[in-house]
Amino acid sequence: MASEPLQEQLSRPIPDFTDPPAAAPANGAPAYDLAPYRGLPLRQPARPPVPVLGPGAVELTGPVFGPADVGPLDSDLTRQHRGEPLGERITVSGRVLDRHGRPVRGQLVEVWQANAAGRYTHRADRHAAPLDPNFTGTGRCLTDGEGRYHFTTVRPGAYPWNHHRNAWRPPHLHFSLFGTAFAQRLVTQMYFPGDPLVPYDALWRAIGDPVARARVIAAYDPARNVPEWSLGYRWDIVLDGPAATPAEGGR
Amino acid sequence: MSLPVTPSQTIGPFYGEALPVPGGGEPAPAGHPDTVTLHGRVYDGGGTPVPDALLEFWQAAPDGSLAGAPGSLARDGVTFTGFARVPTGRDGRYVLRTLPPGGAPFLSLCVFAPGLSRHLFTRVYFALPEDDPLLPALPAGRRATLLATEDPGTHRGYRFDVHLSGERETVFLEFPCAGRTEESRPSGS
Ligand SMILES: [Fe+2]
Repeated sequence: MASEPLQEQLSRPIPDFTDPPAAAPANGAPAYDLAPYRGLPLRQPARPPVPVLGPGAVELTGPVFGPADVGPLDSDLTRQHRGEPLGERITVSGRVLDRHGRPVRGQLVEVWQANAAGRYTHRADRHAAPLDPNFTGTGRCLTDGEGRYHFTTVRPGAYPWNHHRNAWRPPHLHFSLFGTAFAQRLVTQMYFPGDPLVPYDALWRAIGDPVARARVIAAYDPARNVPEWSLGYRWDIVLDGPAATPAEGGR
Repeated sequence: MSLPVTPSQTIGPFYGEALPVPGGGEPAPAGHPDTVTLHGRVYDGGGTPVPDALLEFWQAAPDGSLAGAPGSLARDGVTFTGFARVPTGRDGRYVLRTLPPGGAPFLSLCVFAPGLSRHLFTRVYFALPEDDPLLPALPAGRRATLLATEDPGTHRGYRFDVHLSGERETVFLEFPCAGRTEESRPSGS
């Protein structure tokens, strides 16, 4: 664990991620489109969400998961096939916390990602990059008593998408998380530190606030490297919303 | 202490190998006589079925308990876990086989889809409860979007459609005690 207090660690914008130049390059090619992603218009509700007031809502509780749901090997994406996937082996680990810094214990964390060449196993992925017969790119684990999760995988590749011409997604892991309350449900994406593609990414740019933008970038943590085996990345996740047990002891 | 929260990002088009599970839409124990079948479609604002949405349901057990139970991802056929996860099919259709919730007569529903920058919460009511804090505050037309309708000619069958936008837009919910931050709201229309 870093000695830096969690609050400061989490509240700091990433310094080396600055806006890329918006002006057209000298060769007359069109400027890279930096418009943030707004989703498909026909899929966005036009009306604001209706607030549900008062305690006691079903959504302040949530589903529970256990060893019946997650096998011990589900968190190692490099061991799901006969052979090993190609790519740079990494671990991604961190803690799941609520807004008050309390660990979210025993909850389900799920990930999915492209392989090292930037291709998903999903049949809808038409990117002309090779599939890896030894990599499905999906994983699950439960957080431990301190809210910690841990995955072993390979670093995903970048891939093109249709947001605009020549748009590329930076390497990323998709994450799905549950809190103690269903209202804390979170699906998000994790990016890699120092990646030059990130500031160009319409999805990352859709996060307006600089502190929130920094929250989706993992940190390289040499202390989490496994010598002669894998590179370590740390990513802590803070769930919005109420905790079902606000009076629970400890932190 | 209040930590800056991790923002939502769209689920994207490629979650299908990771999140759906066999039996995910069947929390009712096999052959349970009280099983209700809820089915319907997810539509976009143009009335086109959404073939790639993921629906998650959370609810009380028939005795009103909200404790839940593990096993939603690998059902044992006996335990009622209270949680279900079901993707829509090519025609935007989903089917849920569950037990009627005790206590408040609704299921909590969370909707994910590519092209949605953030998931949406709503509720599926099987009946109009007397002392519900949410429904009376809504105009009648909007309230109707939260009511499942009985399927005539079926045994305990109900229909519930989700309209992501448009004239029949479903009422979507937020939980202000959640202290939701501006950047985690859905980005406008
Ligand atoms: Fe992706």
